[in-house]
Amino acid sequence: MIASKDFAARSRQVAADLTHRGFIHKALSGYELKRDENIGKFQNWGAARQSAAEIKWETINHLDHYLVEFTSKLEARGAKVFWATTGQQVCDYVSDLARDKGAKKIVKSKAMTSEEVHLNAALRKAGYEVVESDLGEYIVELAGHAPYHFVFPAMHLKREEISALFEKELGTAPTRDPEELTMIARKVMRQVYCTADIGISGANFAIAETGMISITENEGNARLTTSLPKVHVAIMGIEKVLPNLSDLALFLPMLATAGAGQALTGYNSMIGGPRQPGEIDGPEEMHVILLDNHRTQLLADPEQRDALHCIRCGACLNVCPVYRSVGGHAYGTTYAGPIGSVITPHLRGLHEWKHLSNASSLCGACTGACPVKIDLHHHLLHNRRNAAKAKPAWWEKIAYDVFAWVMDRPALYRLAGKLGYWGQKLHPLVERTFLDPARSWTVTREVPKLAPEPFRDLWKKRRQSATT
Amino acid sequence: MSDREKILGRIREALRLPAPHPGVHGGASLDQGEDAGRREVPDYTDWLPAVGRTFEERAALFAKNAADLRAEFFLLDNESELPAAFQKLAAAQGWKRIVTHRGSLIDRTLIGNTLPVGYTDQGYVVAEMEASDAGLTECEALVAQTGSVLVSAKSSGGRALSVLPPHHIVVARASQMVADLGAAFAGLKAKYGEQYPSFLSFITGPSRTGDIERILVLGAHGPKKLTIFCVPG
Repeated sequence: MIASKDFAARSRQVAADLTHRGFIHKALSGYELKRDENIGKFQNWGAARQSAAEIKWETINHLDHYLVEFTSKLEARGAKVFWATTGQQVCDYVSDLARDKGAKKIVKSKAMTSEEVHLNAALRKAGYEVVESDLGEYIVELAGHAPYHFVFPAMHLKREEISALFEKELGTAPTRDPEELTMIARKVMRQVYCTADIGISGANFAIAETGMISITENEGNARLTTSLPKVHVAIMGIEKVLPNLSDLALFLPMLATAGAGQALTGYNSMIGGPRQPGEIDGPEEMHVILLDNHRTQLLADPEQRDALHCIRCGACLNVCPVYRSVGGHAYGTTYAGPIGSVITPHLRGLHEWKHLSNASSLCGACTGACPVKIDLHHHLLHNRRNAAKAKPAWWEKIAYDVFAWVMDRPALYRLAGKLGYWGQKLHPLVERTFLDPARSWTVTREVPKLAPEPFRDLWKKRRQSATT
Repeated sequence: MSDREKILGRIREALRLPAPHPGVHGGASLDQGEDAGRREVPDYTDWLPAVGRTFEERAALFAKNAADLRAEFFLLDNESELPAAFQKLAAAQGWKRIVTHRGSLIDRTLIGNTLPVGYTDQGYVVAEMEASDAGLTECEALVAQTGSVLVSAKSSGGRALSVLPPHHIVVARASQMVADLGAAFAGLKAKYGEQYPSFLSFITGPSRTGDIERILVLGAHGPKKLTIFCVPG
């Protein structure tokens, strides 16, 4: 299986790169401090998480109702709604729209759904100029990388690398100053906003009650993207909906705190329709694309349905010991980290992506960090179980059958224990060599030592000395 | 069958099996036949960060949050101080041209102003607004809990005025200071009913990014500076 081999190879490479791991660790430690400080300001963070989980539960478990309400309200305000079963339909819809509008330049603010359906590649292939306006996305696009993290896309790049990239691609002077680097991108982007024909955004939430989408960002690029071009296209997964506008009063601070350790993100904008009569500016048209792309398949699994509660804050990535060791590019998925490992098998096939659920220490840090209380580490176990049930590996089945057979026979079990103990004495002769039967384990780990005397012998002795 | 019907059909099919309620680990599921569309959600105001009851407490919290966000907040004793405060800022920043919209507080602010002023109310040229030094707007509310300014397409000169110029100046009245986002939403509902503006935004500090080595830089795409004047009334 190719995806699993790629994952193993890339993980091994990044896990051995201590400089890189140190860099990532430093960035995420800063996040943890700020997050804890802001969690401390909540009067009851635990209760807030429970409330958020209940609101999402209510919405996801009545998703048809809330989607119908959301889209009819939005359409009443003059927006066009397009329902897309597949990613290809999204690409086709936007390409056709761009053609109909005679568009040349398209500016985008961050949308993970567009990464999911590979929209940029499709639009470029169709001949359109596409510019990512989020600074991190702009940098990774210039570098030809995939986003490293779905909240901090360029966190793996050092300032020197970004400076060299700008020098090569934009011809700017080298600098080590993050502010100067940011200003270079600002200058480039300002011209893009003013001349782009279409602005594409994502949506962090959709509000059924009022027919609005809500976009959370720090830079202001999403605001410019949705204000200046004549056409605004928003792409969102069908799971993004919330019942009431006032629910944002809970979700916006929680997203900011869990996602980036902020009390509130710089700009939280709610957009309901194109420019309305009597308004000064704004796009003439607003198109909202609702993307299924196998989300209904995840919805059909009641055990893991709560994975659709996800608000893509990235908190589970930030605290995950596996993510922190192997990095965001090892996964080879749109959504990395624990939530990616849980949902990717549903979105893209269990057997090709089940290996991600094995790459977990089951420490539960992800579950503890999740602001909407998704039972992430149990879902990793559920994926393992489902994969084993659907298509058991023959060697695994034989190993467990033998194990069960031995465990059923106390005499054999005793003998196996003795053999193991003596066998282990001989193990150092071959340890880590090609003759080592446990090589895949011993290459990176110590083998736990069997006790010189088994517990049952100790117990027997104890009983004997007690009775004598 | 349209994709809308297909997707809704798949959702309804999927939801025939009930899911366990959050926090009930392996526990019984709630029945979901009768309660579809129910809007009973817990009141979570008490879980959010604490906000004082009086205007003074709220203004103090707003001032502290604004300082943390590197925004400037001025609480003026009298509306008549607005023009002088504005002109002092304009002189200090060396503005050549500003853009604004029509509004009673803005008219008060611009008394005695000598700078060239563009108004967005009858439309504007994007390049001119981009080249201006500052955007002056009114707002819907100030939010104490988060130090945010709520703007809307109707109250604040359109969508772009509060984000395109490099310095955003907000003028607000003390009565617009609310405790939290929930109170701000309630205010919008009371004011607009179903006729919400097409655009609302909570602005929390100047534009910022941490995309390069997680180091904070102000003015990523939007304003590098945010100044808020609050007057009694």
